[in-house]
Amino acid sequence: MDIKRNYYEDIELFKSNTILVWSILFLIFLAILPLFIQKYHPLGLSLYIVNLITVHAIVAIGLNILVGFTGQISMGHAGFFALGAFTTVILILRWSFPLWIALPIAGFVSSAFGFILGLPALRLKGPYLAIATLGFGMTITTIIKHMEFFGGRMGLQAPKLELFGTPMKDIHYYYVIMIIAVLMTIGAVKLIKTRVGRAFIAIRDSDIAAEAMGVNLTYYKTLAFAVSAFYAGIGGGLYAFILGFINPESFHLIMSITFLAMVVVGGLGSVMGPICGATLMTFLDIKLQAIQDISLIGPALVTFSQKYMSIAGISNIAVIVYGLIMILIVLFEPLGIFGFWIRTKRYWKTWPF
Amino acid sequence: MFGQLVVSGLAVGACYALIAIAMVIIYKTSEVLNFAQGEMAMISTFIAFTLLETHQVPFPYALALTFLFAILLAVFFELVFLRQAKDPTVLGLIIITLGFEMVLMGFVGWKWGPDQRALPFPVSNIEAYNFYGLIISKINFWTLIVSLVLMFILFLFFRYTKLGIAMRATQQNQLAARVMGIRTKWIFSFTWALSSMVGAVAGMLIAALGVLDPPMMMDPLLKGFASGVLGGMTSLPGAALGGALLGVIENLFGGYVSLSFKSVVAFAIIVLMLCIKPSGLLAKHYVKKV
Repeated sequence: MDIKRNYYEDIELFKSNTILVWSILFLIFLAILPLFIQKYHPLGLSLYIVNLITVHAIVAIGLNILVGFTGQISMGHAGFFALGAFTTVILILRWSFPLWIALPIAGFVSSAFGFILGLPALRLKGPYLAIATLGFGMTITTIIKHMEFFGGRMGLQAPKLELFGTPMKDIHYYYVIMIIAVLMTIGAVKLIKTRVGRAFIAIRDSDIAAEAMGVNLTYYKTLAFAVSAFYAGIGGGLYAFILGFINPESFHLIMSITFLAMVVVGGLGSVMGPICGATLMTFLDIKLQAIQDISLIGPALVTFSQKYMSIAGISNIAVIVYGLIMILIVLFEPLGIFGFWIRTKRYWKTWPF
Repeated sequence: MFGQLVVSGLAVGACYALIAIAMVIIYKTSEVLNFAQGEMAMISTFIAFTLLETHQVPFPYALALTFLFAILLAVFFELVFLRQAKDPTVLGLIIITLGFEMVLMGFVGWKWGPDQRALPFPVSNIEAYNFYGLIISKINFWTLIVSLVLMFILFLFFRYTKLGIAMRATQQNQLAARVMGIRTKWIFSFTWALSSMVGAVAGMLIAALGVLDPPMMMDPLLKGFASGVLGGMTSLPGAALGGALLGVIENLFGGYVSLSFKSVVAFAIIVLMLCIKPSGLLAKHYVKKV
């Protein structure tokens, strides 16, 4: 069916013309999406939500390079995310860097920390790595919280950016974020197809075998951490501008778990999976936070809460649904949405057999 | 000053040690790292709170009912979620426990709301004892006593009872244990129940030392992991020692160096320990075959 005849066929971005055409159509769709959303608000979407989804998708793609392709666990991505956000805002606020310089610097600061965290991670496996990264994520936010330089407990106000003299609005942010997201997606797809990506996959499947084949474990494991942290840092920098305000309290453990959930729900070891996961989970989160506004279910839940639960904590239903989705995905569809897609595709390809 | 810091550090360390022991009990038997440990303890504590405060149940009965709840919760989780996973990966198991953690946290937040409460505890946390100039608050003193007694009971249990020996056998070699007629599946459920009970005690003590609110176990969870790593994730005495050491080191750091960066100590200890001796202070190092 699709036999690879030479190396360049293996590493090219679009495997077939069909994929190329669909990709271009998808890009056009993304380009006109904000106009459509601003006019009709389908499903209650707003540009703010779409921007949030895009940023989460960037982080999820990065985390998937680490978790899905290299097989390392990170429960501290909120830490890298926070680093990116604070570095960007501080560079712009204190030293008035332009965004296009501040953002890559934030990415590299974050990836430097990723590299440092990657060093002890060389000796650790599975559960121990999870503990170490968990500790890292919680420690970074504690440090930020206690340093006046980062605005302390109060956090920082993200500066208003200007584009050609006019202040940027949601729609401008949308295009900036989307262009970065598309570039980073292409980067991830390319990375996986090259020598580096194959080394990552070899490490995931068996690190001892990979080492025996000549893969430098030290180099590639720390590289995976650094690349993944870079994505989280860029995502964090953009996140600061979507929210307009950052404080260390918001980068807590649950955020790290949420990123991990996006990757697992979307599908480990694919680039499209995390994007789907980020879209689904962010959308669900936003919708369920305001569950009382949903027609039919909302009022019923409100009365139920008044009777048996507390009305103040009704937004916690979002957390419950999140947790259940995570458990059910692992139990029934370990490859996530992407696995479901592959199965559907295979079913239709071989239909009616 | 020094003695004072050590004593109060030991009392907090005893709580960390209990959480670490609860984790180690599970990790040893089934190699599952239980991220839901903190939240399981928290929901049990909230049940105790409701019984004591709302229904005015006398303390001993409330304690017994809380234990019953803790056991049922753990067995439910083990049977309904964990056992259904067919040859799961390490990541898969972690995700399942994390998912359960979120479910519990959401449930508690929904049921009891985000307010901070005080657990009605028979020991006051204001009054203090005075031992030859060393002042120790009553609650710290009793925390220490309760933890020590509990550890001693666990030690006797694992050493001398038939069930305890069966659990140790299952840890060492599941297949051989099954051949010897031990129902390993029951042992797993029992492990979870035991761990959940120890966790519930830790949760109640931590709530009595501080306040009772949904995120109260976030920090102690990390401290529990740090204690486990310090003492060795596969050794019960190690976890106890690790907890005590962590409590004291952390308190000394808070007293002499910097109070606001106190919680960084736990992470530093995790990283240092994992770099120097990954198996921990008291656990035997073993290398897995490929």
